[in-house]
Amino acid sequence: MDFLIFKAPMLMVQASLDGILLGILFALIAYGMALQWGVMNIINIAQGDLVILGGYIAYTIYLWGIHPAWGVIISPIIMFFVGWGLYKLVINKVVDRDLFISILATFGIAIVFQQLMNFIFGADVVVAQSEYGTTMLFDNSVTLPNSKIFSAFISVLYAVALVIYMKKSRLGRAIRATAQNARAAKILGVDTEKVYAATFGINAALCGIAGALISITLTLHPYVGLPYTVRSFMIVIVAGLGNLPAVAVSGMGLGLFEEFADYILGTEFRIGAVFLLLVLILVYRRFKLSKKREYLK
Amino acid sequence: MNKIAKLFVTFFSAITLALVSFTSSFAKVDGEYIVLGSAISLTGKYSSNGVHTQNGYNMAVDRINKMGGVEVQGKKYKFEIIYYDDESNPKRAAQLAERLIKQDGVHYMLGPYSSGLTKAIAPVTEKYKIPMVEANGASRSLFTKGYKYLFAVLSPANQYLEVAIDLAVEKNGGKPVKIAQAFEQDAFSQDVRLGILDAAKRTGSEIIIDDKLPKELNDMAATLAKVKAVKPDVLVVSGHTKGALTAIRQISEMKVDVPMLAMTHCDAAKLSKQHGKKSEFALCASQWHKNLSYKDKFFGSGKKYAKDFQKEFGYDPPYQSAESSAALLVFKDAFERANSFDRDAVRDALVDTEMQTFYGNIKFGPGGQNVAKPMILFQVRCKGDDCENRVVAPTKWASDKFYHPIPKWSERS
Repeated sequence: MDFLIFKAPMLMVQASLDGILLGILFALIAYGMALQWGVMNIINIAQGDLVILGGYIAYTIYLWGIHPAWGVIISPIIMFFVGWGLYKLVINKVVDRDLFISILATFGIAIVFQQLMNFIFGADVVVAQSEYGTTMLFDNSVTLPNSKIFSAFISVLYAVALVIYMKKSRLGRAIRATAQNARAAKILGVDTEKVYAATFGINAALCGIAGALISITLTLHPYVGLPYTVRSFMIVIVAGLGNLPAVAVSGMGLGLFEEFADYILGTEFRIGAVFLLLVLILVYRRFKLSKKREYLK
Repeated sequence: MNKIAKLFVTFFSAITLALVSFTSSFAKVDGEYIVLGSAISLTGKYSSNGVHTQNGYNMAVDRINKMGGVEVQGKKYKFEIIYYDDESNPKRAAQLAERLIKQDGVHYMLGPYSSGLTKAIAPVTEKYKIPMVEANGASRSLFTKGYKYLFAVLSPANQYLEVAIDLAVEKNGGKPVKIAQAFEQDAFSQDVRLGILDAAKRTGSEIIIDDKLPKELNDMAATLAKVKAVKPDVLVVSGHTKGALTAIRQISEMKVDVPMLAMTHCDAAKLSKQHGKKSEFALCASQWHKNLSYKDKFFGSGKKYAKDFQKEFGYDPPYQSAESSAALLVFKDAFERANSFDRDAVRDALVDTEMQTFYGNIKFGPGGQNVAKPMILFQVRCKGDDCENRVVAPTKWASDKFYHPIPKWSERS
């Protein structure tokens, strides 16, 4: 336990800003998960690995001499097709089955992706340089890397664009209809197969954006996907499916929680604290559900 | 039984027989070959360093075989290594060690990559009394268990950054310093931490931040914000390549000013290549550097080794490769002095090893660790965007002066 943070108010400001900026990025990943969970009823364990793959795409273009920020455009395009292909190859076979099968399937995908990335990109930890510099506040006592600000900005931009797209476009409406009632949507002429594929593609594309942002803010390694899966799972559980503002708030909340856990409990408990919070929330939800009056319709 | 079934049975028994005779021909010494075994990480998270290790082994095997091989009882033998991929998984590594010994009949082992995997294999080699010369397990706990068949050509982990603290005290006019440290929670990094604790105690220095980093580390902003607030004299970070890369990224972004920054795994992380000028002035612990003046008749000097390695594999050798090559030189020397293939004779010869290789002097302490070679520290220095590692300590090998204190970020271009 370390209470240094309570003695220095500037540390508090630093922690809060770091937490919120990071939380927005988490929220973007979680939004993708909520979307495909809501539409297809699939919990995607490979979510974090899709993020890392997106990051490696950005890193690859960085190696070619292109600024890694372009990754936020190139990576989602490639990842959309990766997601689409993944749906056609694996997910469409488990989409109507029970949740357990889909968890197993996506877990398998996660392992395959990790090994493939290891094979293609090597096991070294890599970073892409954005050279965006730093914003200094309060006489240099609070520092915010511009790359983090950039990543939060891009995340918000894409999230808003996606909300508008889901509301206005034909595909967006079809996706929402399928989420509400797949059978009814099918009867009314929606090609649900296509909707599912597109949803999974969009989710992968969101992961691609997040990955590209992670490549310039944090570090990439083939085996660091799981913490991102857990975080987005946790955000979705708290926020519920199909509720974007709640996803954003719970993402930022998680970012803050992590950052403060880091300061107070120590960095080693950062991910541990997230897991603990997840357990607590699940227990609480169970408790709340058991109090709900149930009746037969 | 009909005819086809009979045919099948005959066929399969023939294959089984062939396989059995094939494997048993892989005995400890097969014709003119001395067969060594190694489980090594060719896939999984250690695969890049696993490959560096394998390249180091292969390079030395080629060189020794080309230069006449190993002479035992007047006959020349060549080295040959059986490799298995341990998938960076300790359990798998232990299984493979067992397989190498029991099925392939290997009587002499070379170590895997990393302390964790060496720890998994050591009990197996110990059980079967198989001498193992390892080059990539530096954890102190390997050398305190009383293993009799384990020999490490490298310095133990607790020595990695001890020198850095001495250097900081020296630069502080002999007065104790304030240390901030962050270590990953794995066997290796925690041993490095123990070394720092010893050094702090010895010099009367105070540890004001003592953070532990998680395995899936990619963000240490909180630790660095604290460092910024308490202003230590020296910041020590050890978390393998992730730790080194994350630290430099965030120190430069958060403009953390510390007079001295000491780390491990800088060269494995290709720090100066990935971060360029931002990594300048970082002080890094290393087992070996090509500019050191050690020599042997197989590889010549470190520089010559680096050149040959570059020619063969297309990249500059990290110390993981150099120490792996040295392991083979140790084996050759031990076989020749033992003048026998008896495991215990070879083991006794290994105990008495005292030699110089291009990688450094080698002499084993009671726990099996190399006690004859000091760790070195290099500092990343840049000219424009061109950065290189220059040896600054210990003074005997130093090619450059240690730059201290690190200029503030506001003064760095």
